[in-house]
Amino acid sequence: MSTAALSGLPARRRRRLRRVSIEAASVALGAILLIWSVLPVYNMLLIALDPDEGETEFAYLILPPEPSLKSFWGVLSQDYWYLENFWLQFANSFYVGLLTMVLTVLIASLASFAVGRMRLVRARLLTKIALLTYILPASLLAIPFMRVVLRYGLTDNLWAVIAAEIMFAIPFAVLVLQQYATIIPIEFDEAARIDGASPLQVYRHIYLPLMAPALAAVGTFALLLAWGEYLYQYLLLSSARNWTVAVAIEQFFDADEAPWNYMMALAIIYSLPPIAIFYALRRYMAAGLTMGGVKG
Amino acid sequence: MSSTHPLVAARPIALKPRRPARWHSHLHGSELAWAIAFVVPYAMMFVAFALYPIAYGLWMGSSPALYVELLGDPHYAEAALNTALFAGFATNIMMFAALLLSGFFTRRRWWIKALLVVWMLPWALPAIPAYVSFHWMLIGDYGLIDSLISTLFGIDGPSWLNDRWSALASDMAAYVWKWLPFWTLILYAGRMAIPQDLYEAADIDGASGYRRFVHITVPLLANLYLICTALCAIWIIGDFTAAELVSGGAPALSTEVLATLSVHYAFDFGQPARGVAAALSALPILIPLVMILIRRIETREVQL
Repeated sequence: MSTAALSGLPARRRRRLRRVSIEAASVALGAILLIWSVLPVYNMLLIALDPDEGETEFAYLILPPEPSLKSFWGVLSQDYWYLENFWLQFANSFYVGLLTMVLTVLIASLASFAVGRMRLVRARLLTKIALLTYILPASLLAIPFMRVVLRYGLTDNLWAVIAAEIMFAIPFAVLVLQQYATIIPIEFDEAARIDGASPLQVYRHIYLPLMAPALAAVGTFALLLAWGEYLYQYLLLSSARNWTVAVAIEQFFDADEAPWNYMMALAIIYSLPPIAIFYALRRYMAAGLTMGGVKG
Repeated sequence: MSSTHPLVAARPIALKPRRPARWHSHLHGSELAWAIAFVVPYAMMFVAFALYPIAYGLWMGSSPALYVELLGDPHYAEAALNTALFAGFATNIMMFAALLLSGFFTRRRWWIKALLVVWMLPWALPAIPAYVSFHWMLIGDYGLIDSLISTLFGIDGPSWLNDRWSALASDMAAYVWKWLPFWTLILYAGRMAIPQDLYEAADIDGASGYRRFVHITVPLLANLYLICTALCAIWIIGDFTAAELVSGGAPALSTEVLATLSVHYAFDFGQPARGVAAALSALPILIPLVMILIRRIETREVQL
């Protein structure tokens, strides 16, 4: 269709043509996004469903030749010497992940309440101090952190890992909580105070319920951070009984003849809890993550 | 995601944010004690696990001789360049893509809402399985990507991890895959907080989609976008997992970044002070980024 013919069309048809092409473009973009998101996950399944241990079997294959759940069963029944502590390590991962989540929310919200609502010091001082942690972010702090933790006597101790994860989750948590709190009128707190509520009661009955979306968002953030972090867990935990699954997965790389299908099955099982928690809390997330950039 | 955002419902944008009144003119007695008790856990954590390790690190890496040594090490120069490229490209590509995609996800179609659920999967998936999967997808000859290329086009794909630049690009792709949903969600939340009447007014004035984006969305999201960019760059510079697990430094340690190099100096070559020095050499970039972050958080007024 030439330009002249196009401009000759009635305005209504031109608008319809435009609408249809926008719709087609969104569907195409949607399809690309879908493939992009799912491909690495599909790859994990492809390798995990292979019943054989050799890695060259799936040369140029894009579908599993003979799908089998053998490797998943192998992980769950600790059927391989790399996996002999699987359930213990899974429990360790839960311990680290959930405690990081709960303690990050608790510590960050208490500090945020005292500074932002009770105005202990100037409100943004807390955010500023917390952000100073990022002068040396995560991995760059690993060596001195390890030395310091040894001095505290926390060698091969899950609490050292939890402390590290909390430290890196908190600056972002404080940032989100402080910004979100600005949309909750301070008059609520004042009214409760006049009715004789103690600061702890205001925190529990006003602050926490109203902040629920932001708390869910920072809690999920902390959980995913702890669950996906690897370096500190690797450096700080030395005995196999204290390892988390993250460290166990990486051990497969040190072997020459590692069964990659077992490793992928392990990786998939390891991914399920955070995905479940994430989707359970997802409804709160978008509202809770508002960092207040819009209202300036 | 919830569609009614508290900000949208709560207040018109023209209203200046009211400074919250003080609880009392000053805290005293039991209130002061409560407030201090609430801050103590964080203060203790901060001193014990942030301040002390940072100070310890600065002390470990305080000798100028370490940096002279570093400059003489070709691995260090490569790692520094890789870190700069990684942070520069991945941050900007990711934030710009997140800005556009956040707009795509605000479209009111049932299937776009459903897609957003799938889109968040990479963020929920832990980093280690994700990066391990990327490693196996890209590894030469039997990875899924090359299998797909060979099945669809009948040609052999490249060995992604055997060349420095494509291996580095693979690390970036994996990192972007993992974190793009998170930044999309942050900017999506930011967009949802823009009052709809601004767009309605623009519609009445006959503004096109492009003009609405440039004159409403961009100025209102600018501050948030800058905050996110600084935060994202900081997190990338401190990221160990992507470079370690996707390319593993291959080929021949040419895709190390400062985070991995510093750990390898310390634990594979037994030179912890040198490792700390490599980490500290990122300070000239990190300090300005943290300063930008702190300054931007203070900027609260928007020019409308």
